[in-house]
Amino acid sequence: MIETLAERVNGDARLVHRGRFVETTFLLEVGDEAWLVRIEEGRIAEIRRGPFVMPRWTFALRASAEAWGQFWSASPPPGFHDLFALIRFKRLSVEGDMHPFMANLFYFKGVLGSLRGQA
Amino acid sequence: MSAAVFEPVVGRYLRLDLLGKPHRLYVEEAGQGIPLLCLHTAGSDSRQYRAVLNDPAILKDFRVIAFDLPWHGKSSPPSGWHEIEEYRLTSRDYADIVVGVADALGLDQPVAMGCSIGGRIVLHLALEHPDRFGAVIGLQSGGHVAPYYDMQWLHRPDVHGEVSAAVVSGLIGPNASDADRWETLWHYMQGGPGIFKGDLYFYKVDGDIRGRLREIDTQRCPVHLLTGEYDYSCTPEDTLAAAASIPGANAVIMPGIGHFPMSEDPEGFLTHLRPVLERIRAERRR
Repeated sequence: MIETLAERVNGDARLVHRGRFVETTFLLEVGDEAWLVRIEEGRIAEIRRGPFVMPRWTFALRASAEAWGQFWSASPPPGFHDLFALIRFKRLSVEGDMHPFMANLFYFKGVLGSLRGQA
Repeated sequence: MSAAVFEPVVGRYLRLDLLGKPHRLYVEEAGQGIPLLCLHTAGSDSRQYRAVLNDPAILKDFRVIAFDLPWHGKSSPPSGWHEIEEYRLTSRDYADIVVGVADALGLDQPVAMGCSIGGRIVLHLALEHPDRFGAVIGLQSGGHVAPYYDMQWLHRPDVHGEVSAAVVSGLIGPNASDADRWETLWHYMQGGPGIFKGDLYFYKVDGDIRGRLREIDTQRCPVHLLTGEYDYSCTPEDTLAAAASIPGANAVIMPGIGHFPMSEDPEGFLTHLRPVLERIRAERRR
């Protein structure tokens, strides 16, 4: 499912426009599994699946498979319906240099939210 | 194409002294009867109350008034604002502003209705000024909210102020239409630099009233609380805990709604608000 992120994001012209200044690589952790997502000018340029040896990333988003599953469900219940809701209830941790994440928060909410309805 | 119409809402500028300084505040009102003074959320403005100000059922019996706090919407900051290092709203200043506006408008026993920071200050008003207000309605109202993200991100030159809207976007519930969702977020995008963050100083630091909720006398000033189910800032549990601490307070949880009921889902919110106002009106007649 995570692999569909590229087509979901890159196929959404408005979302790509929103992220047109984003150049970063972030780690997406879903329970025991992890992906490195590289973004260039708002487009997903590469998604690599772990496990990794000495991975490099700017920031990491880590949550359990259950929490992401609820977040990506078609109608997430209260507390699972937004990245900040997950953060509020300590289900999602954001680590590293958060500057690109916070400076482009609408974009990253859109990127992670684009998988909604697939879980 | 539909014909152009004026809403019943009239906006004016009020000159008054607040906190020892001359101020110019933007005030909107509509309707006649019992004064209903509406207080917007942190970093936003009185446009949030557009539906309440346009509801014929409410305007029949209530004079609905909504004003922009200083530094918000069309209200200016006081002169000399550029010399202040950082804007910060405190409990005392906030209560003084609301009472100052009520006094300047000559409001007799107004009902104070506020959301979020407004929902918190109405608890302070019920506690400190129980005879000045006829009743209070707290929307998304709780005794305290602990910070759950680093608020420095809300005001720094290398992050656009649009981040305030992005931070709060998830606080809107699934019942919201696209139009009302993005209207609500637009108000946040228009906030001045550092103002949302400065309001949150009251919300998350200075305005903690948990320890004093029991002292509120609802015989003198009735307390009604309405909270949206999807709010993770002031959660339904926070509101129910506050209601349990205030003897005689009423609380209703609104399904499908989030942190900005009057703005994100105006019609849904009005179905919850009208019975509360009707009850206030009935009790006032006695």
